[in-house]
Amino acid sequence: MDWSALGLSLRLAMMTMLLLLPLAVLLARPLAWASFPGKGLIDALVTLPLLLPPTVLGFYLLGVFAPQGALGQGWLALTGRSLVFSFDGLLAASLLVNIPFAVQPVQRAFEAIPREAREAAWCCGLSPWQTLWRVELPLAWPGLASAMVLTFVHTLGEFGVVLMVGGNLDGATRTLSIAIYDRVQAFDDSGAARMSLLLVLIAFAAVGSLHFFTRKVGRRERA
Amino acid sequence: MNALEVRLQQQTPIPLDCAFDCAPGELVALVGPSGSGKTTVLRCIAGLHRATQGAIRCNGSTWFDDQVCLPPQQRRVGFVFQNYSLLPHLSAFDNVMLALGDVPAADRSAITRNWLARVHLQGLDDRRPAQLSGGQQQRVALARALARAAGQAMHGGGVLLMDEPFSAVDQVTRGKLRAELARLRRELAIPIVLVTHDLDEARQLADRLVVLHRGKTLQAGTPEDVLLRPCSPAVARLVGLTNLFAGTVGIDNGRPCLDWAGHRLAIADLCSHAPGSTVNWVIPAEGILLHRPDRSSRGEAENPVTGIITEALRMGSFTQLTLSIPGEAQPLVFQVSSHAILRNDLGPGQTASVTLLAERIHLMPKE
Repeated sequence: MDWSALGLSLRLAMMTMLLLLPLAVLLARPLAWASFPGKGLIDALVTLPLLLPPTVLGFYLLGVFAPQGALGQGWLALTGRSLVFSFDGLLAASLLVNIPFAVQPVQRAFEAIPREAREAAWCCGLSPWQTLWRVELPLAWPGLASAMVLTFVHTLGEFGVVLMVGGNLDGATRTLSIAIYDRVQAFDDSGAARMSLLLVLIAFAAVGSLHFFTRKVGRRERA
Repeated sequence: MNALEVRLQQQTPIPLDCAFDCAPGELVALVGPSGSGKTTVLRCIAGLHRATQGAIRCNGSTWFDDQVCLPPQQRRVGFVFQNYSLLPHLSAFDNVMLALGDVPAADRSAITRNWLARVHLQGLDDRRPAQLSGGQQQRVALARALARAAGQAMHGGGVLLMDEPFSAVDQVTRGKLRAELARLRRELAIPIVLVTHDLDEARQLADRLVVLHRGKTLQAGTPEDVLLRPCSPAVARLVGLTNLFAGTVGIDNGRPCLDWAGHRLAIADLCSHAPGSTVNWVIPAEGILLHRPDRSSRGEAENPVTGIITEALRMGSFTQLTLSIPGEAQPLVFQVSSHAILRNDLGPGQTASVTLLAERIHLMPKE
């Protein structure tokens, strides 16, 4: 078992999930409720990472993240750290790749909130901010939970983009899924099997608990 | 001074050209067919829709005009939505308490309990909307709106807006809720605007009716004024007055009269119509009295008119008679007790005479 790879994977998944959630809420609300020019394009861009081959995405990101690339240069100037073959770059790539997994469930959840519910809250004197906290988020929370679980589990399993952008540096960019590949290459089948089983269990536990909680909430609200 | 003053104009998405006032303690009902803009007017008052032009003022403060458009939070409105719009994740208690944001936190529970008691919902505090019946949900919605409007009244001027509040509950519950509203409105000295397409409801509850058609105010007045003395044939049709005809007014022996379909009818007065002018006139069904066929009342009865019964529709204890009058394309439609129909053995094809009560004949400018 590659413990440092497991730790890295969990850290990456946790940070991606936590950073992406507020972003998803920010992006999903206007996509769900407002109509503005270019909305279709944004909708398409949000879905794009889902459809692009990870290696293609990784290839382009590598170009932008490189020290002479647009983002890489800025990041280097700002922090003195490189975006390629580093945890920073891995996290940035992971955030981009997971946008559809985070935004789409949240968007669906916001779309399901009737307009009258928000209007009733406004007419009760709730500010937009209070409406978000006391009405929108509580009603959308099964969608938020789905987004968090999907993002977390998908980040744990991401392979192509991680390999392209991060490489395979022990303790810096070697995630669990890359460690599995590494083990198989080294004919360490039992090591690969242990780590694979662990990923299966984590994914199963995450999805299982999501189903359990959302069904419980659904029952409570329908009862 | 009028507590609520509404003037609205717009072309799209639906045309609006409407104006009315509502005094504190007054209940104004907006009536009109579906799609006439009633709900849009209410949404404009609440700040949920912005009209192109106009002004909305409440107790001297401007909510909307050319420069100002306050958000719903800053307008003092309690809004009862047509479909209740209770928040499904909150209990009945919390739904009401949500509207008390500007009340000191220590008082909120007591005020919430009080409002729930006022709409007879004690003991259901912890239920979520999905665990309440339609009528109970409607009461929670009413309590929430009242809590907001009355809580705000302490700070000067709340308004209660209700959009078809009783349309989704059964008839018995509707009757109870109407009675409760009639009771509550006497205690609350705030303007109340009710949207309804139910004329009976409007007549029972409202001090004034505002008739809307395609967004335009056609008439505003007391229910009696609007329902018995519509200002135009269009209003007459909208309020369900079907006995609408055209005639010519004149003076006969110094008394006002109306020439119609070969009859010279006595009328109460000319209502500032010049003698000789053509007018539209209506008579409510209650102004038409059937003569007993076995007694010849011609000569002594007021405004006798004879015609042929073309339809007798039995509707419970009443029967609706349609009487075709020679020389008039439109029939007279009125109700008599089913008992009278049976006793006199009346039916389609038979001749019948009626009196058109002079004081119930209402004249309008010709359309």
